[in-house]
Amino acid sequence: MTRPRLATCSLTGCFGCHMSLLDIDERLLDLADLVELDRSPFDDKKRFDRPVDIGFIEGGCSNTHNVHVLRQFRTHCRTLVSVGACALYGGVPAMRNVVTLRACLEEAYQNGPTVTCGGHIPDDPELPLLLDRVYPAHDIVRIDHFLPGCPPSADAIWETLRALLTGQAPDLPYPLLKYE
Amino acid sequence: MPLGTLQFTIDGITVQTQEGQSLIAACDAAGLYIPRLCYHPDLRPAGNCRVCTCRIDGHQAAACVTPVRDGMVVENDTPQLNADRLALIEMMFVEGNHPCPYCVASGDCELQALGYRLGMTAPVYPFFWPRHEIDASHPDIFLDRERCIACSRCIEASRMPDGKSVFSYEGRGIAMHLHVDGWGGLGATQMAAIDKAAHVCPVACIVIRRDGYRIPNGQRRFDKTPIGTDIEARRKAPPS
Amino acid sequence: MASTGDAFLDEQIALVGADRGRLMDVLRAVQTRYGHVSDASASAIAAGLGMHVGDVIDALSFYAFFSRVPAGRFQIRLSRTPISRIHGADAVAHAFCQALGIAMGETSPDGLVTLNWTSDIGMADQEPAALVDDVVVTALTPEVVPAILAALRAAIDASTGIPSPGNRVPLPHARVHPNVIQAGPLLSRAARRGDGIRAALLLPPEQVVARIAAARLRGRGGAGFPTALKWRLCRNGPDGERHIICNADEGEPGTFKDRVLLSDFADLVFDGMTIAGYALGAPSGVMYLRAEYAWMLPALHDVLAARRRLGLLGGAICGHDAFGFEIRIQSGAGAYICGEESALIESLEGKRGAPRDRPPFPTEHGYRDRPTAVNNVETLACVARIMENGPETFAALGTRESTGTKLMSLSGDCPHPGLYEVPFGITLNGLLDLAGAPDAGFVQVGGPSGRSVAPKDFGRRLAYEDLSTGGSIMIFGPDRDVLDIVLQFAEFFADESCGWCTPCRVGTALLRDQMAHVAAGRATLRDIGALESLAGTVARTSRCGLGQTAPNPILSTMRDFPERYEARLHAADFVSKIDLVAAQRESAALQGRHPVEELF
Repeated sequence: MTRPRLATCSLTGCFGCHMSLLDIDERLLDLADLVELDRSPFDDKKRFDRPVDIGFIEGGCSNTHNVHVLRQFRTHCRTLVSVGACALYGGVPAMRNVVTLRACLEEAYQNGPTVTCGGHIPDDPELPLLLDRVYPAHDIVRIDHFLPGCPPSADAIWETLRALLTGQAPDLPYPLLKYE
Repeated sequence: MPLGTLQFTIDGITVQTQEGQSLIAACDAAGLYIPRLCYHPDLRPAGNCRVCTCRIDGHQAAACVTPVRDGMVVENDTPQLNADRLALIEMMFVEGNHPCPYCVASGDCELQALGYRLGMTAPVYPFFWPRHEIDASHPDIFLDRERCIACSRCIEASRMPDGKSVFSYEGRGIAMHLHVDGWGGLGATQMAAIDKAAHVCPVACIVIRRDGYRIPNGQRRFDKTPIGTDIEARRKAPPS
Repeated sequence: MASTGDAFLDEQIALVGADRGRLMDVLRAVQTRYGHVSDASASAIAAGLGMHVGDVIDALSFYAFFSRVPAGRFQIRLSRTPISRIHGADAVAHAFCQALGIAMGETSPDGLVTLNWTSDIGMADQEPAALVDDVVVTALTPEVVPAILAALRAAIDASTGIPSPGNRVPLPHARVHPNVIQAGPLLSRAARRGDGIRAALLLPPEQVVARIAAARLRGRGGAGFPTALKWRLCRNGPDGERHIICNADEGEPGTFKDRVLLSDFADLVFDGMTIAGYALGAPSGVMYLRAEYAWMLPALHDVLAARRRLGLLGGAICGHDAFGFEIRIQSGAGAYICGEESALIESLEGKRGAPRDRPPFPTEHGYRDRPTAVNNVETLACVARIMENGPETFAALGTRESTGTKLMSLSGDCPHPGLYEVPFGITLNGLLDLAGAPDAGFVQVGGPSGRSVAPKDFGRRLAYEDLSTGGSIMIFGPDRDVLDIVLQFAEFFADESCGWCTPCRVGTALLRDQMAHVAAGRATLRDIGALESLAGTVARTSRCGLGQTAPNPILSTMRDFPERYEARLHAADFVSKIDLVAAQRESAALQGRHPVEELF
């Protein structure tokens, strides 16, 4: 029997949610028995080449590349889970949402205290264009389930995976439902 | 029943109380929790948040501003009412900026705690991303209007217990926000860190400086027990 | 009293006896004189009235007709309603913008004009209309715009740069037609002014209330509360002073009946107030007049002065030594919510117009915490007629539950917009026939807060027991875009929400934004479901009638015109509401690049 496939990615985030997934410790062995890891930073597989059952999205959308990747995930994943504060509402990167992009970039590259020699705002055409704001994943594509936390605890991730793999809707008990 | 005593039911439970009580106060005393946000037992209720909306004798009304009447029939813990409450909580999350991961009030925030209690995973409405000035003019108190949920608690507290009228509103509709009396910010007012108004904010809009993180994350009010547990603990077991 | 250092302000503060409850009068005077209320003025007013600056700002910032920053010499406010727009308000706005070189919301570079949209100004029968300060101009066309601006320029005194004092600027199209198409017993000229008062004074006050009860008069504002019951509750309230308030804050879009009553039958309304004062034992009454009707103030004050000369106002009214009555007119400042009686009372007390929670009801704790009866203009006019002609004559018309006649304000797609006095119980079909619009596509009954009625329901009756309405009847032809009209109503409620409670403050803004997606064809079936759910929450949990009824246009058109929603539905399972090309513009500009159109 084939195992359900799991794909994960981090958009504009810190990989903390992925670290938290690794924090399930010895249950990783169970997970390896239960799912087949597909496109993910864990196995460095970079492209979808077949449908996947569960997709985990970490991070919000701050640039065109994020949007591109997120849409690929939506197309290829039967169930898409938005994981962590950044995917749910932008998280720490969304601190820039309350200032203009110009103010943000000028502070970072030109006027900030750590800028030593009059830098310029990066404009290499290879760089994806920034969006005016960091958007939650559910503003860009349809999301099936939300797993809050910064990061969600290993137990919360495990519980969510367990529910999805047994065909249930995740419903975290009070101690596991955390936004921080 | 003694004179002035009256009786009503809430979710089928009979409660005896005194005339002149609000529904929410009567239920609190009886150990029956009605979810609420703007209500504070020490302050005059302002009826802003509507989270305590119950179905009373067939009509919706906020429990904090409804006086008890003899024989009233109240529905509180129903799927419809809890769904409406969840929607209200989500509205407050998207109206302001509420970054729980780096907010000093996490674990101690009544908005967040209600989200937990009502089972919110993520607000689904589009965020408004309001831009408000932060007022850091006061040596002991910090005011971050992006967190404000317009509950009126600080306004009421500053008026009645404190007798200062430091706060009011400005503007209307979605643009309504907290105004600080005068023109020099909080630092130019009579506000002091010991004022009631500095200690009633349900979120992290009004924060006492150099006080954050004294209680570490994980050990705060709502980290282990849901909001309302203290009220529910008052419910007396039937006499044996 | 301490001087504020501003002689004009000192005078205004003295005029209201330094009563902080009269803050609105002082703010209005300062706004009129200086064109705005500066922070310095706010501080001085606070000092003069002995209140906190914050409380002045609270009220000042609430009302649309007060501005805190300097504006143009003239404020032009164009009425923006579905009715004004079907009659070409957008083209008029465009003409103003072109002529002045500005966008809506801006001030012309020469400082002459600040141009804004405003909610309905009570001219639905002669749109497009606008307020130029306190002057109404109606039946506007793009062609008349240059003449209006030329008249304003000519009015500026070249040496001082301010409008010549004393006389109003004569403007083209500054005319308001009463447009009474069908009059009945209420709009008759048979009686003389004061007849109702004289009849009332022959009876003890409780007998006056009994007559109103016998007529089974119900409130004409739309809610239909029995007037005699309201008066009895007020009379039974705590002993001492009582108040009678005439609600002339006719803000429901599409209605203009009170405008006609006040401009052509003011004596009848003041008769009604005086009778109410006698019945309630109130020594004075206040008329709360919406700012949009300030153009009627001079005429209304003339009527009051004439009544004083005739012994119908002041002490010993009609020679009745024991009964004196005074009337004050209080101007509003641009807030629809102040038509709600408890918000109106808050405004009268010099505060933001945020409704109160009830109980207690105003009949118990109202204006200045005293028992207060708030009655609609038309209700008070009916009171006068009942005393003149007897309750039986009044109750002979209408239905069992809804006695008398009702003034209906008809506007929109019909050949004869205007005021129709009809007996209660008339069918919508009957009314549409009178107006010459038998093939209407839909009718909005009762304004945005009322409901849409589809042709299949045109047989329904206009009465409290069926289609209850304050009398706003907006008629839309079969080709009108229902969803666009609903969107305009959603925008109206978001603009007019007072902000006090969460469901209305946030909910009306969300409803507006989500309805915009629907109207633009970007909403999926799932989005429509979410919109309906949100509308339900706003209706169920809002504090006052504004929020409770704000979802009505959405919910009633979803029910009556599902095919319009289906036709606009996006077929996809999910449509992002983010304009991703627009979202890249700022960074593309910063980097000298171009937004990526296709992100997949």
